[in-house]
Amino acid sequence: MSGQLTIRQLEQKANDIREDIIRMLEAARSGHSAGPLGLADIFAALYFNILNIDPKNPEWPERDILFLSNGHTIPVQYAAMAEAGYFDKDELLTLRKLGSRLQGHPERERLPGLESTSGPLGSGLSQASGYAYAMQYMDNIKHRFVYVVMGDGELDEGNIWEAAMFAGKYKLSQIIAIVDRNNIQIDGSTEDVMPLEDLREKWESFGWHVLEIDGHNIESVIDAASMARAITNRPSVIIAHTIPGKGVDFMEYDYKWHGVAPNSDQAKEALKKLRTLDGKITFEGAGVE
Amino acid sequence: MSYPLQPDVFNDDVKLEPIRAGFGRGLKAAGAANDKIVALCADLTESTQMHLFRNEFPSRFVEVGIAEQNLVAVAAGLARAGKIPFASSYAAFSPGRNWEQIKTTAAINNQPVKIIGSHAGVSVGPDGATHQMLEDIALMRVMPNMVVIAPGDSIEAEKATRAIAENGKPSYLRLAREKSPIFSTDESPFEIGQAYILCDGHDVSLMGTGAMSYQLLKSAHLLESVGINAEVVHVPTIKPLDDATILDSARRCGRVITAEEAQIKGGFGGAIAELLSEKMPTPLKRIGMQDRYGESGEPNELLDYFGLTAEKMVDVITDFVHNTPKYHQEY
Repeated sequence: MSGQLTIRQLEQKANDIREDIIRMLEAARSGHSAGPLGLADIFAALYFNILNIDPKNPEWPERDILFLSNGHTIPVQYAAMAEAGYFDKDELLTLRKLGSRLQGHPERERLPGLESTSGPLGSGLSQASGYAYAMQYMDNIKHRFVYVVMGDGELDEGNIWEAAMFAGKYKLSQIIAIVDRNNIQIDGSTEDVMPLEDLREKWESFGWHVLEIDGHNIESVIDAASMARAITNRPSVIIAHTIPGKGVDFMEYDYKWHGVAPNSDQAKEALKKLRTLDGKITFEGAGVE
Repeated sequence: MSYPLQPDVFNDDVKLEPIRAGFGRGLKAAGAANDKIVALCADLTESTQMHLFRNEFPSRFVEVGIAEQNLVAVAAGLARAGKIPFASSYAAFSPGRNWEQIKTTAAINNQPVKIIGSHAGVSVGPDGATHQMLEDIALMRVMPNMVVIAPGDSIEAEKATRAIAENGKPSYLRLAREKSPIFSTDESPFEIGQAYILCDGHDVSLMGTGAMSYQLLKSAHLLESVGINAEVVHVPTIKPLDDATILDSARRCGRVITAEEAQIKGGFGGAIAELLSEKMPTPLKRIGMQDRYGESGEPNELLDYFGLTAEKMVDVITDFVHNTPKYHQEY
C-alpha cells in the first residue's frame, strides 16, 4: 500500500513509532521499553513497505500475515498499526488499561489486525508454520507470505526449535522469520544466560536460508525481505542485529530496560532525544523533507 | 424419552471396541463432509486411529513428529488459515506437555483447534503412571472457551467427533486405548452439552463420564437384586456441563455418586461437586483416582485394583445409600 515512501520517510516513520512507544509506556506506567524501541525500524519497514496489507480491511483475504511471537514487544506493533491507520493514534494511550483493546500482551480477538495472541514465548514460529503449510500444501497460494518476529532470548525455548525443524522439513518457503538479535534478555546478555551462537549455523543446520543484517538500516530490512521472498526452496530467517533501546541513549544496550517503562521525567528526556535525532538512526543526510 | 441401549448391554459377552476406534471413523467421515478439516499427529498416527483419515486424505494430514508443543501451535496456525485442525497424541503428552500452547494459541484465540487425547486413564495398563493420563479433565475444563468431552463408547466417540468438527470452538476429546463395552446405539442421542439418563431410579443418582458410565449402568443392574433403585446419568460433555439434567436428577434422587477414570480432584467429580455445592447441596461420593498416580498392570487388573469396575462400585454405592440420608437443599 505505502510502498512509495522513501527511505528517508520510512526513517521518519520509525522515529514517530519510537515517540509513540515512549508516550504509550509512560501513560501505561509499565511495559517493555528496550525491545520495542529496537524494533522500530523493522516495524516501519514492515508496515510501510514490506507487508501487503489493508489497514481499513484487516481481514482482507489476500493480505500477508504477521505473527508477533515475542508478544512483550507489542507496543511497537500497536504504534506501527496506529501510524498505518488501523486505529486512531489517541487509542495508543489506553495501552494496558482496563477495557483497552491494546492489552499488555496482544490478544487477537480484541484488536482486528492482530493474527494471534502471544506473550508466553516460543509458539509464534509454529503458528506461522501452520499458516504457511496451509498456503503451500493445501490451498496452493504462492503470492502471500507469513512473517514472524521473534526475540533472540526467545530462542531459548524448545518450541522454537521444534518449529524450526518442522518448517525445515517441509521447506516452508513462504515463511520469513525475523530474529531481533539485540543480545539482551531479562537476566542479562543472551550469551551469559544461554548462549545462542553460532546462531547462523544453528538455523542453517535446520534447513533455513539465513540473512544477516543491520536491523536499523531500513533499506537492508527491505532488501532482506525481498531476498527472502525470492528463496523458494526453504524457509528464510533474517537475523536482524539491533541495539536494545535504540534512539534513547540512556536506554541503549542496557538489559535493565528490557521490562521497564520510563517515568515522566525519563519520558520527557527520551522524547527530547528522539526529536533531536529527527529520524536520523541510520541516515546522515539533511533534515526532514 | 428413554435412551436406546444395546440389547446385549448386560450380557457377559457385551460387544467391545476401543473408544478411539470411533474417533478414527468419525474423523474420516467428518473429513469427507468438510474439506476444511485437517489432521495432525505427533508420531502416533495409528495408535490414535488417525491413519484412517490420513489414508483417505493424505494431503490434509500433517506429521509433526514427537513435538507436542509444536503440534498444537501449528494446528493453531492452520486454524488461523481457515482450517479445522484435529491434533492427536496420547493425553499424557497432549494436553500433558503443551497446556500453555493450548491456552494461548487455541483457547484465548478461541479458534476451532481440536485436541484429541488418546490413551487416557489407568486402563492404558502396563505402561505405568507416566502414560496413564488422569489430570487431563482438570487441566482442560478449567480453560475458558474450551469444550471437554469424554465419550462413553466407540459409537458415541464417532458422534462426538462429528459434533466437534462443526462446533467452531476449541475442543478436547478424551479417548481410551483398551476395548470397552458398547452401550449406546446408532439411534442414541448425542449433543454437545447434554447429559443423558440411561435408566431411571430414585434411591441414588449415579453420574458417570467416559467408559465409567457403562460400569455405573452395570452397577445399577446389579443393585436391583439388593433392592436399591439407582438412576444412571451419562455425562459425556464435562464442559459445558448440563446443569439442568444433573440438578434435576440430584433433586429427585437425593444422593449422588460420580465415577471417572481420572483424578476426582479437579476432574469430573470435582465439576459435579462445584455445581451441587453452589446450586443444590446434595450428599456426594466420588469414585475415581483418589489423589494418587496409577501403576503398571493389566488394564482390567488396574480397573479392579482402583475400584473402577461395577463389581467394586456396587459395594461402595450400597454402603453410601445405606449410610447417607437423602438430602438436598435448593438455593
